[in-house]
Amino acid sequence: MLSLAAVSAGYGSFRALFNVSLEVPHGQAVGVIGPNGAGKTTLLRLISGLVPLDSGDIRFEGHPVGALSAHRLVERGIAHVPENRRLFPRLTVEDNLRIGAFIPPARRHFAEQLERIYQLFPRLKDRRKQFAGTLSGGEQQMCAIGRALMSRPKLLLMDEPSAGLAPLVVEQVFDLVRRIRAEGLTVLIVEQNVQQVLDVVDHAYLLEVGSIRLSGTSAELKGNDFIRKSYMGL
Amino acid sequence: MDIYLLEAIINGVLLGGVLALLALGLNLIFGVIDVVWIAYADLVMCGMYLVYWLYAVLGLPLALAFAASIVFVAVLGVLVHLLIIAPILDSASINQLLATGGLLFFLQSFATLLFSTEFRNIGVRLPIISFAGIYISTARLLAFAMALVGAVALYSFLKRSFIGTAIRAIAQDRDIVGLMGVDQRTIYLVTSAIGGALAGLAACLLALQYDVHPFIGNTFGPLIFMICVLGGLGNMLGGFVAAFIISQIIAVGGYFSSTELSYVIAFASFIALMFVRPRGVFAR
Repeated sequence: MLSLAAVSAGYGSFRALFNVSLEVPHGQAVGVIGPNGAGKTTLLRLISGLVPLDSGDIRFEGHPVGALSAHRLVERGIAHVPENRRLFPRLTVEDNLRIGAFIPPARRHFAEQLERIYQLFPRLKDRRKQFAGTLSGGEQQMCAIGRALMSRPKLLLMDEPSAGLAPLVVEQVFDLVRRIRAEGLTVLIVEQNVQQVLDVVDHAYLLEVGSIRLSGTSAELKGNDFIRKSYMGL
Repeated sequence: MDIYLLEAIINGVLLGGVLALLALGLNLIFGVIDVVWIAYADLVMCGMYLVYWLYAVLGLPLALAFAASIVFVAVLGVLVHLLIIAPILDSASINQLLATGGLLFFLQSFATLLFSTEFRNIGVRLPIISFAGIYISTARLLAFAMALVGAVALYSFLKRSFIGTAIRAIAQDRDIVGLMGVDQRTIYLVTSAIGGALAGLAACLLALQYDVHPFIGNTFGPLIFMICVLGGLGNMLGGFVAAFIISQIIAVGGYFSSTELSYVIAFASFIALMFVRPRGVFAR
């Protein structure tokens, strides 16, 4: 569904990604793991058009999308749950969800999609009139995921959904990723929480200083000595 | 209570309506695009001239002249954004101030060239209502009512529509709205058009009460900026309330002293309030 071929990108003269190639097959969940500063967030920002492509090729459903701006990519069916959630703090929960449905095809299904999100996250329905900035960390993450789903995407990009959350809430977030997948959505998830993300995804890549160091099925990576030693503390 | 004082207070409220409308427009543009249109009051002047020209010169119906003024200034707003703001959107904000400041001189000179500096009036005389010994001009009452209608329409647009929600969102997190499928450029154009339309509406309401001349913007411009800063720049509700505070100071100050002195009192109170609340009276 999404494929990156020999992609390089960065900010100004600073290069954050070198020659990265990656495949996200339709209906699968793919993880990108790696330490802080490896370029994981840049990778997602590149895919969703917030960071310009320097060289290489990005294809979504077979079409080149490397030159499209962010709002066009949403129209193509890519939704992005950004790092630190980035909710609009002084908009209500419902307004945050409403802006997620900004693109015209999503506007037409706004009411039913809102109902779906409220079924998925009953807490959001309870708090729908509250400012998003007043939610707890876990609720904010739910709202950010809900907002991304409001555009009815084909591919969901998630940037560190477990960051800054209590262990119990982290568990809920990963459960949710499983449920979203089960509904047929394709997911690309970036995480430092290696152990748990490998339980959720089919395939994973290890990104270190801007390059793919390892890749394989989640079972292969879980058994890999380097990963076990460096990232799982085993 | 003294009946003249009561009349002054009522007039203050009525004056506040139009000022509040203009403060809403300026705050909307500042909140969303992060620029201050120094020439905002001069866009009002352009609208007033169009009303004058269509109604008093060409003899078209007043309602048509009003509608044309709102559309015309909305288009002017879009042009201001496209031609002046968009090319320098990423440069230092002083450049944007200077560019729209330059527009102010351009519009005033251009109006002088077209219409000379003569004061012109559209010649609509609305009756004065007298109620329990208080005299109120219907023009002011109408202006106040229309300004409120405009404010309510803007509020429900921002609150209920998808574009309105995007306008509120972009003022909170500029970088992330693209991920919601929102094209910033479209939102900026819509915002500029709305800001222009509000100035166009204000032009209609002011044309009923005042003569139009090329420098009429100087009468309202400084007042509107003062109101916006007092309410906290970009804070629409703050600006709305501040408009009524300032207009009340002017009206009641005028009752106790003179009209000229009342502006001095208003600006002096503004400076004093700025020492107490430098980020605006309603700053969060």
